[in-house]
Amino acid sequence: MVTLNVTDTRNGHRNRNRKTIKMTGAQILLECLKREGVEVMFGYPGGQVLPIFDKLYDAELKFILTRHEQGAAHAADGYARATGKVGVCLATSGPGATNLTTGIANAYMDSIPIVAITGQVKTFLIGNDAFQEADVTGITRPITKHNYLVKDVKDLARIVREAFYIASTGRPGPVVIDIPSDVQLEDTEFIWPETVDIRSYKPTYYGHPGQIKKAAKLIAQAKKPILYIGGGIITSGAHLVLRDLAERIQAPVTWTLMGIGGFPATHKLSLGMLGMHGTGYANHAIMDADVIIAIGARFDDRVTGRIDTFAPGAKVIHIDIDPSSISKNIRVDVPIVGDAKNIIGELLEQLKKSPDTAEWLKAVEGLKKKYPLKYKDNGKIKPQYVVEQIYEVTGGDAIITTEVGQNQMWAAQWYKYDHPRTFISSGGLGTMGFGFPAAIGAKMGCPDKTVIDIAGDGSIQMNIQELATCVSNKIKVKVAILNNGYLGMVRQWQELFYKRRYSQVCISSPDFVKLADSYGAVGIRVNKKEEVRPAIQKALSIDNTVFIDFHVEPEENVYPMVPAGEAINKIIEGLA
Amino acid sequence: MRHTISVLVENKFGVLARVAGLFSARGYNIASLAVSETLDPTVSYMTIVVDAKDEKILEQIKKQLNKLIDVIIITDFTKKEHLDRELIIVKVGCSQKDKHRLEAILNKYVGKIVRCKNDICIVEAVGDQHQIKELLEALGGFGIKELVRTGRVAMAY
Repeated sequence: MVTLNVTDTRNGHRNRNRKTIKMTGAQILLECLKREGVEVMFGYPGGQVLPIFDKLYDAELKFILTRHEQGAAHAADGYARATGKVGVCLATSGPGATNLTTGIANAYMDSIPIVAITGQVKTFLIGNDAFQEADVTGITRPITKHNYLVKDVKDLARIVREAFYIASTGRPGPVVIDIPSDVQLEDTEFIWPETVDIRSYKPTYYGHPGQIKKAAKLIAQAKKPILYIGGGIITSGAHLVLRDLAERIQAPVTWTLMGIGGFPATHKLSLGMLGMHGTGYANHAIMDADVIIAIGARFDDRVTGRIDTFAPGAKVIHIDIDPSSISKNIRVDVPIVGDAKNIIGELLEQLKKSPDTAEWLKAVEGLKKKYPLKYKDNGKIKPQYVVEQIYEVTGGDAIITTEVGQNQMWAAQWYKYDHPRTFISSGGLGTMGFGFPAAIGAKMGCPDKTVIDIAGDGSIQMNIQELATCVSNKIKVKVAILNNGYLGMVRQWQELFYKRRYSQVCISSPDFVKLADSYGAVGIRVNKKEEVRPAIQKALSIDNTVFIDFHVEPEENVYPMVPAGEAINKIIEGLA
Repeated sequence: MRHTISVLVENKFGVLARVAGLFSARGYNIASLAVSETLDPTVSYMTIVVDAKDEKILEQIKKQLNKLIDVIIITDFTKKEHLDRELIIVKVGCSQKDKHRLEAILNKYVGKIVRCKNDICIVEAVGDQHQIKELLEALGGFGIKELVRTGRVAMAY
């Protein structure tokens, strides 16, 4: 076998009379990752990935050893969300792979491009209930965009190339590559496939011109148009053309949790988030609209509330790259399949005249005054206040990740996101324990940015082991724990819908300051409102990973709130 | 309502599991499923009869199937002129003296007696859903001991 370093291989490949270059499966994998532009990989070693880790020992590729495979998958996801590139994680067979699955499912629900590489038992042992064997392609089939079991090393380069292509094109999503350890050791001629051609996979990027014309006509005639945007705006990089469109047609813009950052929150046409914990004015506005222009959003139940009551008077234009998202939940008048950025661009060209929305914008301003986002200040530390202070101290120039529950909703409501990829949150799956490892991934992708995980005392304990990852790799993220002693969102539901019968939601925590200290990080405890701002300033000035333990009002609720299954204008304000 | 769709897929391991898994994960019902290789060994045809209570669900089934990377083309026969056939094999009770009567019934359809032994006959027949239903009703008189069906296959005109 000829072992050559990477430069030699490339020259060899480009050379017209190239030599046959043999490489092992593990070498091929790493060479492919390099050619795909992978700079960092998150993962954990184990028995069936030893050949890969042996080659990693000499590789330039940066490897972040997490303390749990779930952390590796979320970190890859956070990296992908922050950078727009494909995130990569690596784990061994059996438990290593099954520990990745929550992270894979999370990426799948939010259409995040990650490639998860798993070791598998040797090909001849597959199906024998071998040590640390699990049917990984079987387990991950419903939570991946596609997956592969590599049975022949000759297929490996093509599969890795396809995996990155599938993960990052069309509606993105996770792809799993399961590689038996004998395949990692076998050698073959390395051939880099210059192009990818999958006959059964051809995503549509350009919208149907006839449909775009129809949409333009409908928009021109609208009196009360509204833009309803989702994560597709961010995936497609359509935030700038979206802004052009909104300003051109003078339509207010509301967004889903995934759409946060797709349109500047400080813009005068901004309505904030809609849905269950959306702003009252966004929910009322969409109910009153006559034309809804939905882009890269999927009319999720958390957004529409009771579906048969949703925006009854509105005609719906739905732009999405995934045909199966269209007309899945609500009836659509003008469906357009394709990439958001391309279609908005076409739409701007087709718009001959803009609608007159002066009256409508006046009405929307009225709604903003009538239903403002608010909380009651009682001198104690309100979690909303903490988030507001984080916004002020960072000047809105940070990447915020969140856990799931009340902390997530407050982070969505009280920080103003003006740029895409600055709000990173588990939308579809609602995975507690996501925010901290996702912050690690985001920081690895954007080392010059301040990265803050807004967490709850429950969620942070789900992947708190990643403190060691932060400290040993000098990943200086900040974690703001809104510590209320409860699993707050579940407690809120029990308070409102289960007669305050608080069943298993009162949760104890370690001393987060001591805990941070024992890991070699820094902990700050905050008990008084006036300490909030200085604590955030201090945390940002410390050159280390910092936990800030904010002891907030224990029974504060997230408002406004639309009870599940209600119309989205049936809002509980909570502050009568 | 039942709809027949055929799905041209890559002939690779795991593809059937992907298709079947999609149906179970999304709560769709498969009434019958027939899979086999085509003249091109790299692709297979799956003919699936689905229960879909409305057009919207059928639309979703097709869109979701199309999202599977290994699915190449989907043909929905609902509004297409097409031919569909199913093969059945039936074990019926039939004494020597009833054999003529059984043959007469089978002659009305594309069916024949394959073998008889100890007053039990195995018969085979091919037909569309309507014919198969009628034939099974007629055979009911003999006492059906066992029945296997291939599931529907279809082709557009």
